[in-house]
Amino acid sequence: MRETVISTNQLTKQFGDFIATNKITFEVYKGEIFGFLGANGAGKTTAMRMLCGLSKPSSGHATVAGFDVNTQPEEIKKNIGYMSQKFSLYEDLTITENIEFFGGIYGLTNKQIAEKSKDLIERLGLVKAKDQLVGSLPLGWKQKLSFSIAILHQPKVVFLDEPTGGVDPVTRRQFWDMLYQATENGITVFVTTHYMDEAEYCNRVSIMVDGKIEALDSPDGLKKQFNANSMDEVFYQLARSAKRSDN
Amino acid sequence: MRTIFFLLRKEFKQIFRNRALLPLIFVAPILQLLILPLAANYEVKNINLAVVDHDKSPYSQKLISKIMASGYFKLSGYYEGYDVAFHQIEKDEADLILEIPDHFERNIVKENTEKIFLAVNAINGTKANLGGAYLIQVLADFNSQIRMEWKQQSRFNEAPTIEVMHSNWYNPMMNFRYFMVPGILAVLVTMIGSYMTALNIVKEKEIGTIEQINVTPIRKHHFILGKLIPFWVLGIFVFSFGLFVVSFLVYGIIPQGNLFLLYGFLAVYLVGILGFGLLISTYCDTQQQAMSVSFFFVMIFMLMSGLFTPIDSMPSWAKAISQLSPVTYFIEVMRMIVLKGSSFADIKYHFVAIVGFSVLLMGWAILNYRKTM
Repeated sequence: MRETVISTNQLTKQFGDFIATNKITFEVYKGEIFGFLGANGAGKTTAMRMLCGLSKPSSGHATVAGFDVNTQPEEIKKNIGYMSQKFSLYEDLTITENIEFFGGIYGLTNKQIAEKSKDLIERLGLVKAKDQLVGSLPLGWKQKLSFSIAILHQPKVVFLDEPTGGVDPVTRRQFWDMLYQATENGITVFVTTHYMDEAEYCNRVSIMVDGKIEALDSPDGLKKQFNANSMDEVFYQLARSAKRSDN
Repeated sequence: MRTIFFLLRKEFKQIFRNRALLPLIFVAPILQLLILPLAANYEVKNINLAVVDHDKSPYSQKLISKIMASGYFKLSGYYEGYDVAFHQIEKDEADLILEIPDHFERNIVKENTEKIFLAVNAINGTKANLGGAYLIQVLADFNSQIRMEWKQQSRFNEAPTIEVMHSNWYNPMMNFRYFMVPGILAVLVTMIGSYMTALNIVKEKEIGTIEQINVTPIRKHHFILGKLIPFWVLGIFVFSFGLFVVSFLVYGIIPQGNLFLLYGFLAVYLVGILGFGLLISTYCDTQQQAMSVSFFFVMIFMLMSGLFTPIDSMPSWAKAISQLSPVTYFIEVMRMIVLKGSSFADIKYHFVAIVGFSVLLMGWAILNYRKTM
């Protein structure tokens, strides 16, 4: 039996009459890349915000890294990393300053910060740019840096909300290499994406339609189940039945 | 504690790196302190006087030269008739018309009485009122002068006269800037405290970094402290700069009262104002909204807090509003401590009020911050 890192049971979020996330139940195992798919407006971001302790569920339960989202959101925050679709490092701070700041607020010691910062900058090939303002970096570099900072404190899970939107294919490929490396270090990756080639790279994929999880399996399993050649087809078959997609 | 250290370091770096914000914090207050007191001057000089002299006698000439010698008036010209002179008021080239009737001299000499007509352009009420009052004073003086000349002095002065002696306290030279500078300084600190705080926090909302902060283990009170402490320090700094550099060196104002008392009051006041900034930020999603809302309130603060117009002469509803503005208390305390040298006993009512405001604003802001972000 594999170790469970995220587990949800009938997790629901309701805004007035609108049920953004409708009784979703699933588990995510340690060290896997879990793809969290769905059309725009399907409720992915809402579900993710609940799992990060940013919003309280209307009903249902979930635990993340062993802590309850209802009662221990602060404990969860110490054990997760998060990278949103909006770039959220400080553009008016340098690369080094961003690393120091986020390292510092996750409680790393000065020594740890110095080591990790050096290591990270070298690994990303940013030695020359380390004192440059983050705002001046190209998008691809920003996203790689953002991810590296999100896992600086060795979280148990890292949540990525459309991390590769607008990034070129080569950089996307490099980004996914980074995700694989992270899983080798025991970090679980929970990622949303609209790129179906990226969905193929996931260990398991769930597809949300109108607030519910309609399918959950490995990419191969899903293709078999839906009698499809690619994830693209699987997604299309499920998502076209959606009533509240915005396209 | 370590978290706050990292937050503060980040904030200070960002503030000192912001090329739009920095001049706003340091240069604008100095310029405003230099320019505003000069412009907001209530002494009325250079009142333009149009003269219609129908008499053209030595007496009317005497009167006119006496008026001009008072120093408040500037002759815009002599005109043939009232209509022509009124045209000057219409063109905004005259503020007052003095019409001296025909046979002015003859009537005074023969009948001991004469009327003079005065027309005032009342669009600028202050100028008109003061100008009219000055002119009437000069006329009264002229009046008694000719009486002295024409009337036989009695051997004993039958009518006892009371001569009024007065002295001006706290601002002996009646220098208007002494009154304005401390008040403007109070408003500047208010603007910096409220605008900067609100904009800074809303900016993080707008660019999305607040979302990132919210998923970190930073507690909300740490974040709030990290945001407010830098602006509290900046407020104290700008205030000190205004007080010791601009107001002392440029205007020669030496604070009369206890500086610890002044700074103690400022410290509490800034908590309230920063709370106000934080409160605005919790209700706004964009910097544009935050700017408009704070501008609205700062306008009210400027106009209703006794900076330019005395609160005592406001109607009672306006007085009530001014009592609800923390700025009112700070401006008063500034003037009391800096100009009068008031002690704590004199400002204790203000102090209680400002503690109340600070607790209320900061408390409300923190509660709302917890709910909304």
